[in-house]
Amino acid sequence: MYVAVKGGERAIDAAHAWLAEARRGDAAVPELTVAQIREQMTLAVNRVMTEGSLYDPDLAALAIKQARGDMIEAVFLLRAYRTTLPRLGASLPLDTAAMTVQRRISATFKDLPGGQVLGPTFDYTHRLLDFTLMAEGEAPRAPTAPIRDEPVPHVTTLLDQDGLIEATPPGEAEPGDLTRAPLELPADRALRLQALARGDEGFLLSMAYSTQRGYGRTHAFVGELRIGLVAVELFIPELGFSVEVGEVELSECETINQFMGSKTEPPQFTRGYGLAFGQNERKALSMSLVDRALRWQELGEDDVGAPAQDEEFVLSHADNVQATGFLEHIKLPHYVDFQAELELVRRLRREALPEAAE
Amino acid sequence: MTDAAFNFAYLDEQTKRMLRRAILKAVAVPGYQVPFASREMPMPYGWGTGGVQVTAACLVPEDVLKVIDQGADDTTNAVSIRKFFVKTAGVAVTEATADASIIQTRHRIPEHPLTEGQILVFQVPIPEPLRFLEPRETETRKMHELEEYGLMHVKLYEDIARHGAIATSYAYPVRVEGRYVMDPSPIPKFDNPKLDGNPALMLFGAGREQRIYALPPYTRAISLDFEDHPFRPTKADHACSLCGSATSYLDEVITDDRGGRMFVCSDTDFCRSRREAAE
Repeated sequence: MYVAVKGGERAIDAAHAWLAEARRGDAAVPELTVAQIREQMTLAVNRVMTEGSLYDPDLAALAIKQARGDMIEAVFLLRAYRTTLPRLGASLPLDTAAMTVQRRISATFKDLPGGQVLGPTFDYTHRLLDFTLMAEGEAPRAPTAPIRDEPVPHVTTLLDQDGLIEATPPGEAEPGDLTRAPLELPADRALRLQALARGDEGFLLSMAYSTQRGYGRTHAFVGELRIGLVAVELFIPELGFSVEVGEVELSECETINQFMGSKTEPPQFTRGYGLAFGQNERKALSMSLVDRALRWQELGEDDVGAPAQDEEFVLSHADNVQATGFLEHIKLPHYVDFQAELELVRRLRREALPEAAE
Repeated sequence: MTDAAFNFAYLDEQTKRMLRRAILKAVAVPGYQVPFASREMPMPYGWGTGGVQVTAACLVPEDVLKVIDQGADDTTNAVSIRKFFVKTAGVAVTEATADASIIQTRHRIPEHPLTEGQILVFQVPIPEPLRFLEPRETETRKMHELEEYGLMHVKLYEDIARHGAIATSYAYPVRVEGRYVMDPSPIPKFDNPKLDGNPALMLFGAGREQRIYALPPYTRAISLDFEDHPFRPTKADHACSLCGSATSYLDEVITDDRGGRMFVCSDTDFCRSRREAAE
């Protein structure tokens, strides 16, 4: 018997209530607080802030809690909130050379001004499950050392002094804004970098990895990876000077890539650039490799047909909120289109196999 | 009651202004896909964010809104979008096609003829009719500029050569005023004739793809075909089991596991009003 699908509204409300209950899990287990997520799931918070394009650790932690740990869902929650915020102004360009570094490593020079600072990294840990964490042991205390009070210049700046790396003179052009204007291709580098910064970490990781395996190889060295706090300054026209309005934690990666030279340029190194909120090394590294791969045209390199060289392919598919929305929408009803296809297939079959006709 | 935390119809006035500019341009150049700065909406891409933004830009407090998905007012996503506008705009809603000033739809055009002054807003997943022939946006925009639609005709011809008929049953492309080839969104081709010369304003919003396009009232929209293979709208060869209509588009409902099935109107308002009139 045909039952009309009335009651969609009640079904939705009940589903939402069930979701809320499932999110909380076993009520006998203490509820996670947003502060706990912010402090102890920091790398998740960083990823959500980066791909959500909003620097707010508390809201990112809230989004992770609400999304039950689904990172893309959390990114989406933060983005949807972000679009409702008014724009008060644009900050001055951040001065990452003046970063208070927590971590700063170079894979190209053994020692350099400012030194190598290992910082809090998984890099040399042995990946053995630490069962004392399960036993909820004491909070570990790290030893401390005095701060090296010296400037930490960018490695690429040092190379630039010898003309060994491409110059990047500061531009006057105001960078585009993907969130306020539709993406039109070809995009300039600033816009590409914005799209990559918002792009899915996993997607960029795979794209970057593909260049390392030969699909558009760019011979990347990590000239420098630095993580730390940078001041955000806003120019106030009424005051006539700029004011520090806060600071953000950033991961910045600059790769140094081989370049054999062209008709107009002598051989020199070239750059790839990656920037992410918080400690987010995989993202910053991946981004810098993809950025460099996308620059093949500007540098007069060959198009080897690699996916990571294809600007339209990379930029159109990097955004996980768009991707997951369109992918998951196929769960929505498609009765009408399927019915049209059913009629077509039945008719074509009737014409192809008259004897088998119903 | 409108939720005071949001602007009328959710979007801020600047954003609505940007959308209205895009809509006006779309109306001025029928069938042309206007890029617009789509915003993240509080529902996912693919759930009708383009349609929701267009509706939000068109709504005024006096409007009466109808939302359908697959022709039905009570499908879950139609319910969800209707609730969104009740909450953020506080507008009156209806299920009656004739009473609505704005109708947001996914995959159908209502059976009841639309009239002057009504706006039909389509949710569009892939606005580019040439997309599955040429995946690059940079290329397809050039093809539209040059009116280079040969590839589309070759595709339709190859269908006929292989199957003896054009094997596109929904999202069937139309030529607008002899100029732009346009994707009418995934409506069944049964609905295509309603696009042509319709007295209502038809607006198409694709959020993820950042495109808006339009068919102004009484615009010519001709389904692509060949002289010897004319366009034919199709539907299930049955009458509705509930209201008896032999002319409306039907959904097939499987009623048991022994091949039993019945056919009912996909347009729930049309079906209900016919049944009420018969009583």
